[in-house]
Amino acid sequence: MLRIDRSIHDQIVAHARRDHPDEACGVVAGPEGSDRPERIIEMLNAARSPTFYEFDSTEYKKVYDELWDRDEEFVVIYHSHTATEAYPSRTDITYAQWPQAHYVLVSTREPDTAEFRSFRIIDGEVTEEPVEIVDGGGSGADR
Amino acid sequence: MAIEVRIPTILRNLTNDEKVVKGSGDTLSDLVTDLDQQYPGIAERLVDGGKLRRFINVYLNDEDVRFVGGLEAKLSDGDNVTVLPAVAGGSR
Repeated sequence: MLRIDRSIHDQIVAHARRDHPDEACGVVAGPEGSDRPERIIEMLNAARSPTFYEFDSTEYKKVYDELWDRDEEFVVIYHSHTATEAYPSRTDITYAQWPQAHYVLVSTREPDTAEFRSFRIIDGEVTEEPVEIVDGGGSGADR
Repeated sequence: MAIEVRIPTILRNLTNDEKVVKGSGDTLSDLVTDLDQQYPGIAERLVDGGKLRRFINVYLNDEDVRFVGGLEAKLSDGDNVTVLPAVAGGSR
């Protein structure tokens, strides 16, 4: 299951809307091993395409170094589909190389509602998981 | 000469869960050969048909090695190499 703060959820959707009709992509970082998505980082889509996304290699390195120094990891890796459903495509599955990450897909094909779904993609196998959106801007423990 | 190499999660099963390993070589290609002797199997995850795999990013210090010679990139003592699987996909 993915537990995610409402404000982060809303920022991911807003990013996807802003870049529509191109695909948007980014990550949510959190402390290593915590499974807590805490810090959203919007990434450039180097492909600038409505059907493909790829992190810009220079920006990716910079972000990774920062995570490394802070003992964080990619808890969520998100991207949007702008004309199809929020489900991993064959391409998404082929290139899913972070087994610990929740792969979040947002579909912006409908102007009023955004589909927001989360998956584990490990060794080519896709498993959808429930998404719990948490209000209040903190981890469950301190409420 | 010692080169520090940062290993991404997906390859740590090959490095006994080490995040950072050390290797040596005058070029990236030599380094990969040396790493593969220490951690068998790592070379084929990085290289395919004599070239770096398209969806694996390798950085020499802060530079994507594709821009500084690829596998022929020259290494110096104290350099850092970072291996990062590309993050990519799409709706098709």
